[in-house]
Amino acid sequence: MTHERAIDVAGLVREFKGGVRAVDGIDLHVAAGEIYGFLGPNGAGKSTTVKVLTTLLPPSGGRATVAGFDVAREGAKVRASIGVALQDVALDPMLTGREHMRLQGGLQGIPRAERARRGAELLDRVGLSDAADRRSKTYSGGMKRRLDLALALLHNPRILFLDEPTTGLDVQSRTALWDEVERLARQEGTTVFLTTQYLEEADVLADRVGIIDRGTIVAEGTPAELKAQVAKPTVEFTPRDAGQCSIAAAALAPFGEPVAARRDGSIAVRLESGADQLADIVRALDHAKIAVAHLALHEPTLDDVFLAKTGRSLEGAADGGTAEEIAPPRRDRVAA
Amino acid sequence: MTALTHSPMPAQVGLLAARAIKGTLRNPAQMVFPIVFPLVLLAVNAAGLDAATDLPGFPADSYLDFALAIPFMQGALFAALNGGQDLARDIEGGFLDRLAMTPLSGAALLAGQLGGALFMGLISAVLYLAVGVAFGVGIAAGAGGALVLLLLSLAISSAFACLGTFVALRGGTGEAVQGFFPLFFVLLFLSSAFFPRDLIEHEWFRTIATYNPVSYMVEGIRSLVISGWDGQALAQAFAIALIAIVGFLALSARALRTRLVRT
Repeated sequence: MTHERAIDVAGLVREFKGGVRAVDGIDLHVAAGEIYGFLGPNGAGKSTTVKVLTTLLPPSGGRATVAGFDVAREGAKVRASIGVALQDVALDPMLTGREHMRLQGGLQGIPRAERARRGAELLDRVGLSDAADRRSKTYSGGMKRRLDLALALLHNPRILFLDEPTTGLDVQSRTALWDEVERLARQEGTTVFLTTQYLEEADVLADRVGIIDRGTIVAEGTPAELKAQVAKPTVEFTPRDAGQCSIAAAALAPFGEPVAARRDGSIAVRLESGADQLADIVRALDHAKIAVAHLALHEPTLDDVFLAKTGRSLEGAADGGTAEEIAPPRRDRVAA
Repeated sequence: MTALTHSPMPAQVGLLAARAIKGTLRNPAQMVFPIVFPLVLLAVNAAGLDAATDLPGFPADSYLDFALAIPFMQGALFAALNGGQDLARDIEGGFLDRLAMTPLSGAALLAGQLGGALFMGLISAVLYLAVGVAFGVGIAAGAGGALVLLLLSLAISSAFACLGTFVALRGGTGEAVQGFFPLFFVLLFLSSAFFPRDLIEHEWFRTIATYNPVSYMVEGIRSLVISGWDGQALAQAFAIALIAIVGFLALSARALRTRLVRT
C-alpha cells in the first residue's frame, strides 16, 4: 500500500432534498490493511456514507479521500482502487455466476485470459465452483452474497467496501464470509470498510469500530477501548408487578448508578463492584418481596457503548429482533 | 492490484449487448409474446378487414399486403418495452450501481442497451417478413426493397428503444415503463396503420393521423411492400426515425447523467 491512510474523511456531509442530513459532518480515518467496522442502527447514515465513499453519491460538504484520491474529483481513480458489495445484492438473475465474472471482468478491462483465470479462482474461493454455470436466480441468499463478494474482488482492489454483507444470511454463510474477510485483510492486506448493524460482527471482525447514529459518529476506537469506556457490567431487572418498579429501584440503588434499560418497564444499574454482586442483588430483591419477571447480567458490549452514547439501544438488539437472532449474546447470563 | 486497462467502448457495448441478448433468449415470455401477438393480430385483421380493399382508392388488392407494416411497428414497440423494463429492473435492483462502479462509459451503456433491443427487433422483423412472404405477400420493391425494409424496421426499433430507455431512466421503475407504453399503442391506432389516410372518413381522425409521426413510419414500410420504391415515403420514414433516435438518445443521455450521479 502506498497510502498509510486508506480512507480519510473530514467533516463529510450528505444532505438530501428537504434538508435531511443523512451524514452530518463525520470524521474518520482507516489505516491501510485495517478492518473498520461502521456500526449503527437502520437509518443511521451507514449506507449513505458508503455511497459517498464509493463515488455513487457526491458529498454535500466536507472532504473524503479513498486510496489517496478525492471522492468528489477523482471518482474514476477511486473506483479503480476499490471493490464494493452494496447492501442489496445486485445480480442479473438470467446470468450464471461465471457469466457475471466475465461481464464484470470485461467491463473492468481485465485481459480475457486473466479474466477467466481470476474468475474461476474467485468462484472457487467463495465456494461457488459447482454452481458457476447455474443462473444466479437459482442461488440461495448466501450464494448470492458470496458471488457479490467475488465480483467485488475481481479486479484485486486495495480497499473493499462491504455494506451490511451478512444481513439475512444463515450462521454458516455468515461465518464463511467473516473468514474470507479476515483472510483478505490479514493475508492480502486489503483494507475493509464494513458496515453492520450486528454487534457481534463488529466485535469479532473489526480492528476498529466507528459507531454512527443520526448521521454523526458517537464513538470510535477498538472494540476493547470502546467497551472499556463503559467498563462495568450492568444488571437489568424487570419486576413481575410493574407497580413495584420504584421499590425495585430503591433496592438496587446501593449496588451502583442507574443506567438506561434495554426493556420497557425495567431498571438497570451499572454494578460498581462487578458481577460478584449478583447474589447480593437477588437477596436484596427477595428481601424487598419483589417477584422477578426477568433478570439479566450484561457484560459490556458495543451495544452498551451505543446505549451509553445515545441513551438508546441499537435497533434490533432492543426489540429482540435481528441483532440478537444473528448474534446471540454469548456472554450474557439471563435469569427469568 | 490487477493491471487494468480501460476496455475500449466497442468491447463494453459488445459485453452489454451480449448480456441483453442472453437475457432475452433465456426468457421465453420476452421472445414469444412480442413475436406471436403481432402475427395473430395481423391474421385477424387480414381475415376481417379484407373487404376494405374493395373501397375505391384502396392502395392494395389484399389487406394482408396493406397490413404487413403493422407487426413491424408492434414488434418495435415490444422490443422497446422489454428493453426499457430490463433497464428499469437494473435500476431498481442496483445492477446499474454495479455497472457504475466499473469504468463503463454512459454512451456504452446506452448503446449496449439498444443492442439488445435491436437484436430482438431484427429477429421479429425477419420473422414477420418471412411469414408475410409465406402467405403470399409480394414485396413490390423486390429483394433490395426487403433489405431496405429490414433496415427501416431496425431504425424504427432503435427509435422506440431510445424512447424506452429514456422512460426507464427517467421513471426508474418497470411500472413507469409499462404505464407509458399503452400511449404508444394509442398512437399506433390513431395513425394510418389500419387505413390509408385519404380514406379515413372522420376529419379529426385524419388530422391526427396526418400529424402523427407513426403514420409516416408505417407508410415507409408499406410503400416497399405495396408500391415499390417511393423515395418520399422512405425519406420521411427514415427522417422521422432518425430524428426520434437522436432526440430520445439525447434525452436518455441526460437522464443517465442524473441517474448515474457517480463522481
